[in-house]
Amino acid sequence: MQTQFVLDDVVTVLGPDGVADPATDPKLPGETAVKLFKHMLFTRLLDERLVLLQRQGRIGFHIGSLGEEACILGPAAALGDDDWIWPCYREFGALLLRGMPLQTYLDNMYGNANDAVKGRQMPDHYSGRPYKFGSVSSPIGTQITQAVGFSWAAKMKGDPSVSLVFFGEGATSSSEFHNGMNFAGVYKTPTVFLCRNNGWAISVPAANQTASQTFAQKAFAYGMTAVRADGNDLLAMIKVTRDAIERGRRGEGPTLIEAITHRLSGHSTSDDPKAYRNEAEMAAERAKDPMPRMRAYVVAQGLWDDTQEKAWTEQVDGEIKRAVEAAEKAPAPALHTMFEDVYATQPWHLAEQQAEAERAPRPAGHGGGGGGH
Amino acid sequence: MPQMNMVQAINDALRLELKRDPRVVLLGEDIGKVGGVFRVTQDLYKEFGADRVIDTPLSEGGIIGAAIGMALYGLRPVPEIQFSDFIFPAFDQIVSELAKFRYRSGGEFPAKMVIRTPVGGGIRGGHYHSQSPEAYFIHTPGLKVVCPSNPYDAKGLLLAALRDDDPVMFFEPKRVYRAARSEVPEGDYTVPLSQAKVVRPGQHVTVLAWGAMLYEAIEAANQAAAQGVDTEVIDLRTLWPVDIDTIVASVKKTGRVVVVHEAPKTCGFGAELIALINEKAFLHLEAPPVRVTGYDTPFPYTLEMDYLPLAGRILPALIETARY
Repeated sequence: MQTQFVLDDVVTVLGPDGVADPATDPKLPGETAVKLFKHMLFTRLLDERLVLLQRQGRIGFHIGSLGEEACILGPAAALGDDDWIWPCYREFGALLLRGMPLQTYLDNMYGNANDAVKGRQMPDHYSGRPYKFGSVSSPIGTQITQAVGFSWAAKMKGDPSVSLVFFGEGATSSSEFHNGMNFAGVYKTPTVFLCRNNGWAISVPAANQTASQTFAQKAFAYGMTAVRADGNDLLAMIKVTRDAIERGRRGEGPTLIEAITHRLSGHSTSDDPKAYRNEAEMAAERAKDPMPRMRAYVVAQGLWDDTQEKAWTEQVDGEIKRAVEAAEKAPAPALHTMFEDVYATQPWHLAEQQAEAERAPRPAGHGGGGGGH
Repeated sequence: MPQMNMVQAINDALRLELKRDPRVVLLGEDIGKVGGVFRVTQDLYKEFGADRVIDTPLSEGGIIGAAIGMALYGLRPVPEIQFSDFIFPAFDQIVSELAKFRYRSGGEFPAKMVIRTPVGGGIRGGHYHSQSPEAYFIHTPGLKVVCPSNPYDAKGLLLAALRDDDPVMFFEPKRVYRAARSEVPEGDYTVPLSQAKVVRPGQHVTVLAWGAMLYEAIEAANQAAAQGVDTEVIDLRTLWPVDIDTIVASVKKTGRVVVVHEAPKTCGFGAELIALINEKAFLHLEAPPVRVTGYDTPFPYTLEMDYLPLAGRILPALIETARY
């Protein structure tokens, strides 16, 4: 049991020069390090492309992870194949890392007929059961208690699977955070609580969310292990998440990880941070970008160079371009799909309403697969 | 066949299902050692242990949120909310999450569970132990809503709900938990969801009721008979999706309808029932449909019997509607 009330230590592995601290280095095999760096770059390029598509009016919305790639991809990379991710809504990079094809993700961004959630949710509200990845909802923190219930069920059934749940520091103010942390503490569930402290809940700074000195220290009140880590350090995030997963699997219960990071963009494409952020502060945060740091590491290891980066960037750009084109060409979901999956079998009133919708004139301009609106 | 009250019948259904299906887990406040504040889960903790009959921390949002996670895993959780008045801390999890999970995930994540909760007034419980919040849940796409009136139906409907593929809100009318007794078969049987029951056939006027108010409707119908008014009493049993065919057939026969419920009048389920009747049987109506309900006030303590739509208030509605 921790006796420290405030956590001052922040686990860091990578220096800005890309040199790993041997004391904490998770010692990734070279091919894993390269794979993760490539995925980081892929996530960043895709993120930037999606913002452009939104600005061009081609997709309705995007909520990105610019600057937070290390504390999204690191924890995801630390999981075993049978572990689960319960997402907040910035974790598309983790979903792709877990195996969702780029095309499937872009079909979700366009809400087209090929979208796994059948165009029923706004962009970035994906669902990835085949990849052991939960379904995104917008209300804050609801996934926290669900992740606890899921991992509790796994524990009851003797299944070694651990659940990783993502949320932002703003969510620690929600009742769901308290409920989830409390249940997890009481039942010692194999849950890893991953709080991405990016400093901002839309426009409200972290200092306005809590009077606690750290977010991590909240864990102590729930009888839970806590750790703070440099959220811009991919290797540190892998290290602390691995440790937390192993504790969970050994029956030692849950861990709260506070990943200290920065949101290098607005909250989403619907947000304009100029109203509440100043440029000097943002420039200082950009200087701590997790990507150059990880790049310095793979370059220093002799695993990566500019030629490879250029080739990979071109390849990714091409893949994104082709997938966007295909997503834009796909039709909108058929009208009847609106009335399906409300219940396991369609009750009489929905059959009546579906018939009514099928008789109604179709509105123009909305509901296309994405082309041009 | 044994006689049981509703508490015993529900207990019997839960025991059967805990035995039959290893995925079933009960969780809630005080449901373990003490067997629930109404003793509905009495002795189940002893029989099935603390892992399947779980005394949880005092947090409705936590109970339902965790139960959803269990359901996503593939268990069949049966959370109890101690009084339906206390369900609102879990409202977001029920309305935004549970009800929408199958839909929003394109069918990847169905979340099957039965939320049991005592409902209704007449037990001197004041605002917070008496309300009837069913309309909120009927209004939420994705949920089924059940309210039995007697022990036989309670056991059969609960077993059907526990095996259903959708989330079910199971409202237990606490005023008749022990007052209503009936013969209840031992062993397994189900009462299908979405089937109403004509409990008293009649020719002149239809009364729709459920839960504890069914008995008031029957009492009013018996009194109306003495005045020459022959009332058909229908126990809806499942509120949503409602058995529209039974309702429409009855209203087409009688041409007159009275709806009874404890919840406040405005936007109560009675409003929806009358709208449906207007849509489907308007030309058969011979009198304006009438609602006899709780008033649009918070549920009162001292004057609760004036608030409730008891037989004394239903009777004149039946007579006036029949003679309109």
